[in-house]
Amino acid sequence: MADKMELKEVEVWDGNLASAHSLRQAQVDVVAAYPITPSTPIVENYAGFLANGYVDGEYVMVESEHAAMSGCIGASAAGGRVATATSSQGYALMVETLYQASGMRLPIVLHVVNRALAAPLNVNGDHSDMYLGRDSGWIQLDSFRPQEAYDLGLMAFKIGEDHDIRLPVMVHQDGFLSSHTAQNIRPLQDDVAYNFVGEYKPYNAMLNFEKPATYGVQTEENWHFEHKARQHFDLMTKVMPKIKSVFAEFENLTGRKYKIVEDYYMEDADIAVIAMGTTVETAKLSARIARKSGLKIGVIGIRVLRPFPFDEVAEILKNVKAIGTLDRSSPNGTVGMLYNEIAGAMLGIGKAPIMRNYIYGLGGRDITVEMLKNIYNELNEDAIAGKRLGAVQKFINVRGPELTFLGK
Amino acid sequence: MLEIRWHSRAGQGAVTGAKGLADVIATTGKFVQAFAFYGSAKRGAAMTAYNRVDDEEIINHEKFMNPDFVLVIDPALTYTDDITMNEKDSTKYIVTTHLSLDELLKTQPKLEGKDVYVVDCMRISQETIGRPIPNTPMLGALMRVSEMYSIEFFKDNMHKVLSKFPKKVIDANMTAIERAYNEVNNKRG
Repeated sequence: MADKMELKEVEVWDGNLASAHSLRQAQVDVVAAYPITPSTPIVENYAGFLANGYVDGEYVMVESEHAAMSGCIGASAAGGRVATATSSQGYALMVETLYQASGMRLPIVLHVVNRALAAPLNVNGDHSDMYLGRDSGWIQLDSFRPQEAYDLGLMAFKIGEDHDIRLPVMVHQDGFLSSHTAQNIRPLQDDVAYNFVGEYKPYNAMLNFEKPATYGVQTEENWHFEHKARQHFDLMTKVMPKIKSVFAEFENLTGRKYKIVEDYYMEDADIAVIAMGTTVETAKLSARIARKSGLKIGVIGIRVLRPFPFDEVAEILKNVKAIGTLDRSSPNGTVGMLYNEIAGAMLGIGKAPIMRNYIYGLGGRDITVEMLKNIYNELNEDAIAGKRLGAVQKFINVRGPELTFLGK
Repeated sequence: MLEIRWHSRAGQGAVTGAKGLADVIATTGKFVQAFAFYGSAKRGAAMTAYNRVDDEEIINHEKFMNPDFVLVIDPALTYTDDITMNEKDSTKYIVTTHLSLDELLKTQPKLEGKDVYVVDCMRISQETIGRPIPNTPMLGALMRVSEMYSIEFFKDNMHKVLSKFPKKVIDANMTAIERAYNEVNNKRG
């Protein structure tokens, strides 16, 4: 039996340590990992917990991230609770196996500490890796602070492992801004956390010789489409209700409330920004200040990126005049992902608010309270004028002359 | 909101210092943040670490900061880093140096007229801990200058933060904290 750890009511943990504790408390059976900055301390701490007797499980050192996820796939298909962590280039190398994991309906939990993609090489945080995986068939949850990386880390098992869901889950957090930022954390005690997550109940485990099962079969034109359609059906119809019920259960246990779409100051908002990661909180702070000077600004944080919460987003934004989508990933030849999704959601309910797309923070570049206030002012002028007074897309805090695209 | 910026070299313990400070402050019910900027930093590379302290939950994740305290734990960084960057009129500087305040101001004139304190955290850590790890003595100096907590309260809590280390190491750190607390000064002339 694994030893229990005595935790204080309030710990000061960074996001990586918080994630590592969520894995420890869930008593993961197998972690196959190939550490990479800035997610290294998650699997490093986990290995320490295991070596010191706090986890009954296996830690498999592998030769690459591709092998790490492959190991996770094998262990999950065999019937174990499985998790790992990665970032950036490691995530990119994992992509092929990400699709394997979701296609085989294996509820693996992957902590992704978001980091830029090379070239040029950069270890700092942006959302390029998170965006890269958004069609991979995984459920993607996003945390805005270290506490949430821990909370969502526990909830991820409960969501993905449900036999109606059986899908892998990513828990995202911002590289360094969350992963290496120590803040007050209120952890659950080990028994409480484990009881919340619950004992793992395998589904069609390969190690169950009474009931042989095959994973990773070939289906050509005859059946491939039906498999993909069924996976999409479950993502579109079953996952959101499951996430909502797990969020509600977690709130009953801890008092901490999570929503599919987090919204702040939206009740009477004329203008709104949509963001992900730590920027949601900085934007909230900036909105609090801007509201003192009369700006009716609201902030939306995307908690669940996949499946995308079209209905929830549209409902919150239906009366807003001007919207700014904040994308922390190089769009490389189009608009940012959030712009596309939000525009689609609004069009879906017959609304055409003024929309702008801000690209910011690539490779860890700072986004300040002041820069966000400037964005709010720009959106406010649009709202007053009743039309977009500048280009659709603008780069924030980048050197050189102002960079805008698509209209003027 | 209280904000602190550390100037350090990778390996001198600024991150551990910022984290340790956050640990102690969190025991008093306040909200804390401790973070650092890294590149692909090598040991010895100049780096900065940060603390935020507030009575309410900290939701600011910008890297930008107008610090209330600037803690310089490597003597040479006073000359090679921009330690007065984004300062306020009220910013207090605590600088590790073997120089007196007068001598320091002569060698770094841009600190003239500012609220500067000196303490030799390098010598203190060498003589107590036996290694040039100037982070814990700097925290002792910070307690004196900021009057944040009594030295007894701080040492008691720091003792808990360091509890995983052998007794010898903890005791040496306690001595280092106490010495820096007593030796930090802004004496002129």
